[in-house]
Amino acid sequence: MSDETTPMPHERGGTDKQPASSDVAKPARGGQGIGEVKGVHAASLIPEPKNAVEALVAPVAGFGVTMATLFKPVVTEQYPREKAPVEPRYHGRHQLNRYPDGLEKCIGCELCAWACPADAIYVEGASNTPEAQYSPGERYGRVYQINYLRCIFCGLCIEACPTRALTMTNEFELADQTREKLIFTKDDLLAPLREGMLAAPHPMAEGTTDGSYYQGEVTGPTADEVEWVRRNRPDEPSLESATAAAKRGSARSEGSAGAAS
Amino acid sequence: MTTTATPKPGTPAEVEGIAVTIDGVEVTVPKGTLIIRAAEQIGIQIPRFCDHPLLKPAGACRQCLVMVATPDREGNVREMPKPQASCTMEVSPGMVVSTQRTSEVADKAQHGVMELLLINHPLDCPVCDKGGECPLQNQAMSNGRTNSRFTDVKRTYPKPVKISTEILLDRDRCILCQRCTRFQAEIPGDPFIDLQGRGGGAPGGADHGMLPQQIGAYDEGVLGFAGIDGEVREAAETGQMVGPNGDPALLSGIAYTVGTAELDATGRPFASYFSGNTIQICPVGALTSATYRFRSRPFDLVSTESIAEHDASGSAIRIDHRRGVVLRRLAGDDPAVNEEWITDKDRFAFTWQALPDVIQTPLVRDEETGELVAASWSEAIALAARGLAQAADDGGVGVLPGGRLTLEDAYAWSKFARVVLGTNDVDFRARANSPEEAEFLGHAVAGVSMDVTFAGLESAPHVLLVGLEPEDEAGTIFLRLRKAVLAGRTSVSTLAPFATRGSTKVRAALVTTEPGAEATTLAAIAAGTGDHAELAESLRAEGAVILVGERLAQVPGGLTAVLELAKATGARLAWVPRRAGDRGAVEVGLLPGLLPGGRPVTDAEARVDVASAWGLDADAALPGEIGRDHAAILADAGSGELAGLLLGGIDIEDLPGAGESERAVREAGFVVQLEVRTSALSRYADVVLPVAPPTMKAGTFLNWEGRPRPFGQVFATSARSDAQVLDMLAEGMGVDLGTGSLEAVHRELSELAAWDGARQPAPAVEPSPAPVPSAGEHTVATWRLMLDAARGQDGEPYLAGTAHRPVVRVSPGTASSQGVADGDRLTVVGPLGSVTLPVLVTPMPDHVVWLPLHSPGSSLYRMLGVGSGGSVRLASAERATNGEVIR
Ligand code: SF4
Ligand code: SF4
Ligand code: FES
Repeated sequence: MSDETTPMPHERGGTDKQPASSDVAKPARGGQGIGEVKGVHAASLIPEPKNAVEALVAPVAGFGVTMATLFKPVVTEQYPREKAPVEPRYHGRHQLNRYPDGLEKCIGCELCAWACPADAIYVEGASNTPEAQYSPGERYGRVYQINYLRCIFCGLCIEACPTRALTMTNEFELADQTREKLIFTKDDLLAPLREGMLAAPHPMAEGTTDGSYYQGEVTGPTADEVEWVRRNRPDEPSLESATAAAKRGSARSEGSAGAAS
Repeated sequence: MTTTATPKPGTPAEVEGIAVTIDGVEVTVPKGTLIIRAAEQIGIQIPRFCDHPLLKPAGACRQCLVMVATPDREGNVREMPKPQASCTMEVSPGMVVSTQRTSEVADKAQHGVMELLLINHPLDCPVCDKGGECPLQNQAMSNGRTNSRFTDVKRTYPKPVKISTEILLDRDRCILCQRCTRFQAEIPGDPFIDLQGRGGGAPGGADHGMLPQQIGAYDEGVLGFAGIDGEVREAAETGQMVGPNGDPALLSGIAYTVGTAELDATGRPFASYFSGNTIQICPVGALTSATYRFRSRPFDLVSTESIAEHDASGSAIRIDHRRGVVLRRLAGDDPAVNEEWITDKDRFAFTWQALPDVIQTPLVRDEETGELVAASWSEAIALAARGLAQAADDGGVGVLPGGRLTLEDAYAWSKFARVVLGTNDVDFRARANSPEEAEFLGHAVAGVSMDVTFAGLESAPHVLLVGLEPEDEAGTIFLRLRKAVLAGRTSVSTLAPFATRGSTKVRAALVTTEPGAEATTLAAIAAGTGDHAELAESLRAEGAVILVGERLAQVPGGLTAVLELAKATGARLAWVPRRAGDRGAVEVGLLPGLLPGGRPVTDAEARVDVASAWGLDADAALPGEIGRDHAAILADAGSGELAGLLLGGIDIEDLPGAGESERAVREAGFVVQLEVRTSALSRYADVVLPVAPPTMKAGTFLNWEGRPRPFGQVFATSARSDAQVLDMLAEGMGVDLGTGSLEAVHRELSELAAWDGARQPAPAVEPSPAPVPSAGEHTVATWRLMLDAARGQDGEPYLAGTAHRPVVRVSPGTASSQGVADGDRLTVVGPLGSVTLPVLVTPMPDHVVWLPLHSPGSSLYRMLGVGSGGSVRLASAERATNGEVIR
């Protein structure tokens, strides 16, 4: 603000609520308060009433907006008693997605961490092994953390993600009391298993490549995958629904094979 | 980085200058300069992949195309019709070069090459270790098209191929620049991978009998040799990684049968001690290391320049760490020392500094249980100080600091022994040694710096190796010698029982010498008689060098003879120890007869000199008698004559008579140990004080040349260096040692540097003839392999997998008299026990057997009870089962 006499926006019209003199408003510590303009007397800024009518309504003119608003519909959000809906592409908490057979999409490439302007993401990759395969291909994200004290919800990370593993949900209630609780780990971020998904680790569907997964050719767990998990982790809770899904899947592919011939 | 190149320093002045014009800028460069280097000198970067300043030009990738015009016979400057590879063409007078900056044709050509390179290049960047530091990524951005016109299916390969346990190859990322194969063939001479096949191959999944051009290992899976049972092995279950199809990673390449390939002497496909360098120079992510695979991105890493701690070469390295964990080490670029290469041990063996057995707090013995328990620093220091003071009064304390200390730490040990404990009973040589060696070190090594250097080796007309196997014991020396030999400047000869692969690669003339006969052979060479006349002559040439390894100390009279040979021929002499701290330890006087700077303890003037530097008043303050050496210290501590021991990083397996030494430490009175990790000796210590590993302190190693190699601290921790711990300990004993900071130590070291007084006299030990084994006995020849059972390699299984397999070498005569052939197992019996290893028949003297000193299954001091020159019997030959090869 180059012009010394221009009032700061917050001072304008503030006369009916508080003492108008900026001298009075000056903080006790003696120096000039932040945002204050030196040498301006707010009282001198109120325009003089031009005629009698104006002079008559002047004392209540300030209530004009209040009066008019009384008869308009209320826009106050009742949050947190009522949750407000957000736009569909709202940038909320992140989610790490899965392929339909339950394998994770994240390959631990760290491109999200690289893209992040706030340095909120921490990733460590690792090798899949035949004994423990978490994602299609060779590499998976072993450690995945997002620090929501740093995240500015810009969405650059989800644009950087080459496998569409990282997306953003509409969840925005991310307040908490401790720092630790606001660092979300892979467990917190991983999408829940949907009906029919088989929890990783398990091998890829037979005869597929990571490319087939990416192109959507894998539509659910196969009988072999289910069998593998049954052998290695008999207590896996997702087995039941995955077994059913695998049956449906094979019936469908047989059906389509039949239709084709 | 891999794409930058600097002109070689020190171009001789007499080389003719040639004026050329590059992008309108005139520059004069020495004759023979490549266009790409000349352009660098004026700050013009031409994109490149295969070009590497330390490798011969290849012109393999064609990325560096530029337009070149030269004057014709009439002097008209005429442009060549097609772009030329600037990395293979030397400048000529009047040449006019237009790079991509000024020539549209060159720019278009480079874009075309880049497009071709990317046609079959996978979209692997997100899962590729090179992503973020990839010359292909970078140059595709700077000199490539923004989008691809290629719409077909890319060619793919099954991957990753394991070339060795440490090195993985993703062939579809390879751009066939051949840096890796050229490095392996030219620099260390281990061509264990090579270019195979021809043409472009077929799209992913297609199957035909053609072998597309690719890099592959000499491995049975690739080349179809070593058919153990006539079968060529294919993908092997390794349980470690998966390929993109979810298949287990390939142990070796796919089974295209091309022909048979060479095996290395131990019956395995070639591995190399230097293979890690290929990962670093690969301009794409085709070669990756199993250890670092998928571990991080360049932007995660914090880099620290450092010096490798595994041998006495002092190689420059870069340590990359992420969140308190070292993830990889790379070769630094130091033209004067290691150029751009390091050994695999220097590159991969770093996990030992962060294993669970690293000591975190001081440990003291619990009075009731007798167990070591954690204690506070003040408690432990007080206890150690009290015990050491008592022991010093009761009979003295022996000081065994070990050979892995930095110069500063070694100095603190030396000063502590003299000032606080008032003793000369100090010896760093935790290995086979002799009093003769101590004299030799005082006479010819201490205080002599930079007499023989790496550059000196490169320009020496002849280098004689005595008791030294550079490939195993000082890898950087091996590379330099090979470079010099290939350049035709240098010839090498070696005193050894047989021609090793290492000496073959430096084309060394073998002077067959059985263990123990070195002294007499050296004397014969000095006399220049008979067979040795020629060798003596080449040692007389100006600049000739004798490199003597620490192993010669085991031969009585050997070091005396080598000094005489040097005197007789005028050849320069350099001592090459194995450990990083040995040379520095000599310099600061960690020997019973030596004070810092090569001052003899017996010299009153020298003592006064040191005493005044240390601020002590009378010369009586420093003991003037030569102290006990390593063996005597241990023996007297065991018998109780010495009342205490102060131990540094000593591995009991390194000591001849390992069992006896261990017993001595157990029997010793009061034992204080300063160690990074708990060791076998910790269980006999009364107080264990943790000291910082190299990543947690700064310091300096002196390499074999005597060149100071300072390094910085990687991690900021509260770990204390030896010098700081000894400073605290001294304080506890009421002495101000003044070694608490590097600055203080450096100040004192510079005060103590120059000693021009008398040196310790040369050793004079009569050469004893080689021991002649009685009938049925054999003499042991042995040394340590680079990759063996060393504690420094702990926690690194991928590296261990590339080690040479332990074998026992016998002569053809011995083999036939024992009735064994290659691959059979032979038992070698010594006084303490036996070692059984596969046989490798090697041309060598009949009554000599060779086996590694400290490899898995072959730790001679403990298992046999003998070392080099000892007598053993051969027993119970076990025939290899039908067709078995050593694997
Ligand atoms: S080599 Fe370079 S360009 Fe090729 S996949 Fe790896 S990072 Fe990407
Ligand atoms: S593996 Fe790397 S260094 Fe070797 S030829 Fe291929 S791209 Fe070049
Ligand atoms: S850099 Fe010149 S052809 Fe490769």
